[in-house]
Amino acid sequence: MERNHSKYIAHQSLNNFFSNHQKSSMSSRLDMELTERCNNNCIHCYINQEENNKELIDKELTTKALKDIITKAADIGVMSIRFTGGEPLLRTDFKEIYLFTKQHGIKITLFTNATLIDKEMIELFKRYPPGDKIEVTLYGLSKVKYEKISRKPGTYKKAMNGINLLLDAKIPFIIKSIYITGKQEEIKELEEFSKLVPHMDHNPGFSMNFDLRARRDSTKKNDFIKSLRTSPEDTIRIIAKKKQDYKNGIKEFVAKFMRPAKDSIFSCGCGKGGSIDAYGFLQPCLLMRHPDTVYDLKNGTFEEAFDSFFKTLRTIKSTNLEYLEKCAKCFLNGLCERCSAKSWMEHGKLDTPVDYYCKIAHAKAELLGLIKKGEKAWEIDNYKKRIEKFLKP
Amino acid sequence: MKIDIINKYYKNKDVIVREIEGEYLMIPIASGIGDMEDEMYTLNETGIATWEKLSSEKTLETVIDELCEEYDANKQEITTDVIGLIEELFKRKIVLC
Repeated sequence: MERNHSKYIAHQSLNNFFSNHQKSSMSSRLDMELTERCNNNCIHCYINQEENNKELIDKELTTKALKDIITKAADIGVMSIRFTGGEPLLRTDFKEIYLFTKQHGIKITLFTNATLIDKEMIELFKRYPPGDKIEVTLYGLSKVKYEKISRKPGTYKKAMNGINLLLDAKIPFIIKSIYITGKQEEIKELEEFSKLVPHMDHNPGFSMNFDLRARRDSTKKNDFIKSLRTSPEDTIRIIAKKKQDYKNGIKEFVAKFMRPAKDSIFSCGCGKGGSIDAYGFLQPCLLMRHPDTVYDLKNGTFEEAFDSFFKTLRTIKSTNLEYLEKCAKCFLNGLCERCSAKSWMEHGKLDTPVDYYCKIAHAKAELLGLIKKGEKAWEIDNYKKRIEKFLKP
Repeated sequence: MKIDIINKYYKNKDVIVREIEGEYLMIPIASGIGDMEDEMYTLNETGIATWEKLSSEKTLETVIDELCEEYDANKQEITTDVIGLIEELFKRKIVLC
């Protein structure tokens, strides 16, 4: 069917709509973490809680409370919601919540491990497509490889069953994975597999610089996650293999975002969008769970959260001298993964430098030719000239 | 299929209409409606007025008569516009008959 605009109706893609409607302070997109519980127990996970934790189940939003929030989100103009977790399909009311969201004209992005996808769910996705590709996490193409990460027997078979159901039904999805140092061959294996997934137009993403526990709930788990992280040196070695692609891909980002954060604690998009946790608290982003930065939606409104609470939050300045000396002056702000949420996860404060991310950012900048070996980015005054030089064709 | 004003055309319940920042958006949520996924449609003023009157209970002719009573335009012009709109919506299954 032709896609010409007619005299009577006009086509509008969601992405165009987003870029034409930036005036409102309210967010058009939201994240909803439907549960922190997961049927996997992945070694690197920043949030997972035990699948049958009764205390958490009782604390989670009820179906009605979730529907109320989705209705209010639609009222303020939310057009897209990302359902994540934990494993969002663990919620017994997932299908009901999914359909309810669709019936409010909201597009859905779903993050899942695919282990709980069944035929009934496939029929639902076929009849009411999410609107965005489903994102499936896959840790390898054998029981041993997968379950070494998921730490739950039987989960590889279930994940592949879910993936095969999606493939058979031609439901658009992509796969993503993690990289544990020393497992280079597993990257190639998953890249080959992804070529069989019809809707994947790029290689799978591999996370390797894992986040620590978002609720700061276990020093032991954090120490283990740190031991799994790819070192700054290995991170760069991996990026350098596709140096030109990396350089080309990051140019626009560098032009747009690279500048010192100054004394602002929230120099990112934190609080411009939002993420609702499993218990009804609106966070300024998916990761940020510092108790002073979250807003109780059960006793408030989106309007107050976005127009007042988050706005005030974004005006907070740092008084931490180390942050003011380093991060506030560092122009690698865009290359560095540190943000207020990650400072909180690493050190329990919103404005502390994070050595791990700092080293990676400096190594990336060195690879791109933005700094020389041994230079500290916060000591460089002429950073604008360096960026100009980097952006020249 | 040719649009005939003696038929009753009604809204597909799998098309959600939302008004956002002054724009009237029609969002197909089920497969097989519209042209492609991630696609929405906006209506002009005539479109909005017509859409709001569509019902399985009345013929398109009744809809046209109601619009003629409300708007200062001749019946021929309104009929042409309504048929043009319904043609576009019907072929995309946004309205059904």
